[in-house]
Amino acid sequence: METQWDILVVDDEEVMRESLAAWLREDGYAVDTASSGREAIAKTKIKDYAIYFVDLKMPGGIDGIETMMEIKHLHEDTSIIIITAYATVDTAIAAMKEGAQEYIVKPCNPEEISLLVNRIIKVKNLQRENTILRKKLTQQYSFQDIISKNSKMHDIFQLINEIASLRSTVLIHGESGTGKELIARAIHFSGDRSQKPFVSVSCAALAETLLESELFGHEKGAFTGASSQKKGKFELADEGTIFLDEIGDISTKLQMDLLRVLQEKSFYRVGGSEEVHVDVRVIAATNVNLEDAVREGQFRDDLFYRLNVINIILPPLRERREDIPLLAKNFIERLSHELSKNVADISENALKILLDYDWPGNVRELENAVERAIVTCKGRILTEEDFSFLCHNGKRKNGWHAPTNMTLAEAEKEIIAATIHRTNGNIKEAAIILGIDRSTLYDRIKRYGIER
Amino acid sequence: MPSILLVPIPPVTMERITSLRLPLQSIFDTDTVIDASIHLDIIAALDMYRNQYNSSILLASLKERFPQHEGKILGVSEVDFFVPVLTYVFGEAQLNGTVAVVSVYRLDDTLYGLPENPRRLNERLVKEAVHELGHTFGLYHCLDYDCVMHSSTTVEDIDIKRDNFCPACSRAVKRHLHARS
Ligand SMILES: [Zn+2]
Ligand SMILES: [Zn+2]
Repeated sequence: METQWDILVVDDEEVMRESLAAWLREDGYAVDTASSGREAIAKTKIKDYAIYFVDLKMPGGIDGIETMMEIKHLHEDTSIIIITAYATVDTAIAAMKEGAQEYIVKPCNPEEISLLVNRIIKVKNLQRENTILRKKLTQQYSFQDIISKNSKMHDIFQLINEIASLRSTVLIHGESGTGKELIARAIHFSGDRSQKPFVSVSCAALAETLLESELFGHEKGAFTGASSQKKGKFELADEGTIFLDEIGDISTKLQMDLLRVLQEKSFYRVGGSEEVHVDVRVIAATNVNLEDAVREGQFRDDLFYRLNVINIILPPLRERREDIPLLAKNFIERLSHELSKNVADISENALKILLDYDWPGNVRELENAVERAIVTCKGRILTEEDFSFLCHNGKRKNGWHAPTNMTLAEAEKEIIAATIHRTNGNIKEAAIILGIDRSTLYDRIKRYGIER
Repeated sequence: MPSILLVPIPPVTMERITSLRLPLQSIFDTDTVIDASIHLDIIAALDMYRNQYNSSILLASLKERFPQHEGKILGVSEVDFFVPVLTYVFGEAQLNGTVAVVSVYRLDDTLYGLPENPRRLNERLVKEAVHELGHTFGLYHCLDYDCVMHSSTTVEDIDIKRDNFCPACSRAVKRHLHARS
C-alpha cells in the first residue's frame, strides 16, 4: 500500500529549509516548509504532519523547543526531529527529554537523514496497518450496528438471521442498557419488512390513557383535547414492525387490548367504532422477569405466551467483558467525531478500569462514560484520569469536602455554575458532565440566575 | 523529442564528458549533445569555510545560461558538491524540471584510500548522471534496490544498482517524454 506522508521543515534560514525540503521531496514525501515556530503551529492546525524537522535556534517569538511542545500538544503522536548546530547539541539532547524523537547536527550526513526518515516511516506504516486491521476486526464483529465477539451474542446474531423474515412475535429479555432496541431493529432490518416502517414505543414513559391513544390512535372528540382523528403507532407500523419497550409496565386493560391485536390483527381507535386492520410484527422487550410477573398475577399469562413465541435473552455487559475494549473503541471513534473532539484512542490503564467496572447500566452506561471522558479529555488518548469518576463512585473525591452550611439548592447552583465555567459556557458539555439533559440544565440556569 | 545537453563545469576533462554521451543517449533514447561553449563561474558556488561547492547555486546558473533549451541539461564537474543542510551530495537536480548536476569527486575510489579504478569510476558517473536526470523527469526515489532511481548516499549503494530504470520508472520516463513532445 502506497501512502503519502507529509513532512514539515521548520527553519528560519531559507537555504537550510529549502535544501532539506528538496532532499526529502526526492524521496517522494510531500514536504511543506515554515520559517518560524508560529507559522509551523498555524500549519499544524490545518494538516497532520507525520514528521517535523524543527530548527532549535530560531530568533523572535518562540524557539524550537517551544514550537515542538506546542506541536506535540496539538498532535501527540507525531515525530519531531530537532535540527541543531554543533554548539547547541546539549540543548538538543534536552529536547529529546521533552519528546523529540531524534536530533540531527547540521550539516548532516545524507545517509543519516535517509536512515532516520526511513525508520520513522516504517513504524508509521506499521501503525497505520494496525489501525486498518483493527477496523477490519470491528467489522467482522459487528452485525447491524451491534458489536460483539461474545459467543452468546453470536448465537443471538444467528437466531436473528433465522427469524428475521418470520411474522412471529419476539420477546427480548435484558437489563436496561443492554441494547434491546438495537436487537429489535436488527431483526426488522435483516428481514423482508426492512423497507417498511419500524416504530418504537416505550410503554413506561406514558400514563395509561395516553399510551392507549398512542398505540391505537383516537377519533376526533374521543376525549378532551382530541381535536382531530389521530393514527396510533400500530397503524403507522402497518406492514412493518412495532417495538414495545418495557412491556412489563402496561396496565391490565392495555394487556387485554394488546392480546386482542395479537389474536385478531385488528383494533378500535380510542372513541371509535370502526375496526382497523393491520399487519404488524410485534417485538416486545422487558427488563423485569415476566414469568415472575405472570406467577404473581401482574401480567396476563395468555399475553405472555403470545409474546414469548421467540425468546431472546441479552446478556448483561459484565457477562461479555471481552466486548468492552471493542465497544469502547467504537464509541470513541463515533463520539469523538460527533463531539468534534480529537480523541483517537484509549490507554491500557484506562481500559483496565473499564474492564474491572461492573456496568450496572450496561452498554448504555459504557457509552455515557466514554462520552463524559471524551468531553473532559485534554489530549488525543483517554487516560485513567478521564475515567476517575468510575473509581470514585460513592467514595469521596480526593481533597473535596462537602459543605455543611448551605441548602441543597445553593449547592446545586454552585456546582452548576462551576461546571459551566469549566466548559467555558458550553452547555452541551456541561450537561454531559453533570449527568442531566440540556433542557434540565437550561431550566436550572434560569431558575438560579446563573451567568454563562 | 527533447535532447540532453551535456555541459562541462570546469574543472573537468573533456574525456569525462564525452564518456557520458553514448550511455545517456542509449538509456534515454534521445539525442545527447555536448555544449562546451559557455564558461560557468564556479567561484560563485564556493563556500570558503566548507571548501565545497553549493550545487543549488550551480543549478541556478546553469538554468540561467540556457533559458531557451527544450530538453534536459546536465552539468558535470570534478569539485566536491554540497547543499546547506548536508555534508555532501553526489549531485542535485531540479525535480520535474530541466537542470541537473553531478560531481565526480566522491565517486573516485582513491578518495577512500583504495587503488585507482577508472572503469568503476565511469560506471558510477553514468549511474549518478542517469539518476539526477531521472529526477528532472519527475521521478522520485525508487524502492527497487537495483533501479537507478534507488536512493544512494554511499558509493557502495551506487555499485549495487544498475545504470538503468526498473520497468515502473522506465514507464514514467516514457510518459514524461511523450507528454512533452
Ligand atoms: Zn536522488
Ligand atoms: Zn525504479
